[in-house]
Amino acid sequence: MYEVKCDVAIIGGGPAGLSAAVAAKKEGAKDVLVIERDNSIGGILQQCIHPGFGLSYFKKELTGPEYAGRFAEEALNLGVDVLLNTMVLDFAPERKEIICASSENGMTKVTAKSIVLAMGCRERTRPNIQIPGTRPAGVYTAGSAQRLVNRQNTMVGKNVVILGSGDIGMIMARRMSLEGAKVLAVVEIMDYLAGLTRNKVQCLDDFGIPLKLGHTITRIVGNERVEGVYVAQVDENKKPIKETEEFIECDTLLLSVGLLPENELTRKAEISISRITNGPEVDQYMQTSSPGVFASGNVVHVNDLVDNVTVESMQAGKYAALYAMDKMPGEVREVTSLTGNNVRYLCPQRLRIGNEEKAKLFFRVLQPDANVRLVAKCGDEVIASVKEKRVNPGEICCIQIPMDKVGDDVLVEVVKEA
Amino acid sequence: MKKEIICTVCPMGCEIEVEGSDKEVTSIKGFGCKRGEVYGNNEFLHPVRILTSTVKVAGQNELLAVRSEEPIPKELIMDCMKVIAEKTVCDTPIQRYDVVIPNICDSGINIVATSTVK
Repeated sequence: MYEVKCDVAIIGGGPAGLSAAVAAKKEGAKDVLVIERDNSIGGILQQCIHPGFGLSYFKKELTGPEYAGRFAEEALNLGVDVLLNTMVLDFAPERKEIICASSENGMTKVTAKSIVLAMGCRERTRPNIQIPGTRPAGVYTAGSAQRLVNRQNTMVGKNVVILGSGDIGMIMARRMSLEGAKVLAVVEIMDYLAGLTRNKVQCLDDFGIPLKLGHTITRIVGNERVEGVYVAQVDENKKPIKETEEFIECDTLLLSVGLLPENELTRKAEISISRITNGPEVDQYMQTSSPGVFASGNVVHVNDLVDNVTVESMQAGKYAALYAMDKMPGEVREVTSLTGNNVRYLCPQRLRIGNEEKAKLFFRVLQPDANVRLVAKCGDEVIASVKEKRVNPGEICCIQIPMDKVGDDVLVEVVKEA
Repeated sequence: MKKEIICTVCPMGCEIEVEGSDKEVTSIKGFGCKRGEVYGNNEFLHPVRILTSTVKVAGQNELLAVRSEEPIPKELIMDCMKVIAEKTVCDTPIQRYDVVIPNICDSGINIVATSTVK
């Protein structure tokens, strides 16, 4: 078996993996290795040719390939090694051994001192949401359609309906329109937008594409190819109202119905997984329940912006390097972060109280709200509080807490501003 | 004339209310920052968009991702798409920000590469 030794091994060469690699190198790790199953690094950003990336990290509006390109070049310039066309099959968290299959080297064993999991996420599919009807050709997840159109020069259809108002769905609505297709409707079961508001403005409103909030697809019709879909309004329990059902003739249905962190490896390694995020539970160093195994980006929780992925991945890369060099900060005790009013989950789930001054807690809300205050509490004592004009389940919120004020477990809640 | 504009400069999505004629803005409110104010003014008087697409590369299966160097007037977008669809790049290698189509549709704006080809 082909064998490789390194200090920090990173599984996944997308924005999370590349940011972690850059940070690990800068922190002083000697041999940093990125393992990537595709034939090039950059991950999903390579097919996200639209602008909107980097506004908070680079203070500049970049497209996906530009954003990924900057990190890919920086990583390579810093001397990060990359194994391409290499699929990780298994890893042993205690021994830090990774078994992969590579088209060039055959079976490969990577032995590291620390590991960063950066596998990202994948799309929910038609079976995940169980849409009734026949099974014709022409039903795609929005991301696979995006890869076909943007990288492989294959147009997926002419008359399109999109289910789900997630960002990828809206961006594909614009992309398909620019390439000459007619997008007949974007159908969203919730009564609010799943993705970012600016994407509705630039992708739907600009092209006059109707957004049907509080609606869902009840049936797919078609023999060999999609011939149309039935769309109906839903009641307060999200059940379709039969009388409102209408038929929309189309040849293509794109699904933008959510993303799932890709954690088969993590589960197999028996690392503890959050039931809400479907990703590994981490501390503020992005360390999982297995010492020396870190995780960052969409494998931990599905992010709204790649800029946030970069920030948390740099944290993962930095501490993976420190772990490899046996320089992890000393730990006094550990507390848990708890979800309060209108908080769906918190990341990190654990806080290690050592000699650090502050930590950032990222979270998503359950319901949209306006004029609120994000509050972090220990018992009855408020340790941090920020005003927020609007909160939305589609966007990640953040609160920074002073670690010296942390007594017991930290509760984060979103309360209406008086 | 009065327009409600949702700002797209950042993910905040401020709701800007602009009043004026097609030549000038008489009142603008609701923006959250300086860049938002500029956006609201431009969006009212003359909306522009960054255009991104792909072009074919001779002898390659994968496409080259491209963008307009500057935002393009909205009314030119579909004309620009026609030009981009016709284009095949022959001179490789291509570096990021190499000009692929100069002065597209006489807009004074170049279409540049955002990915690379070896």
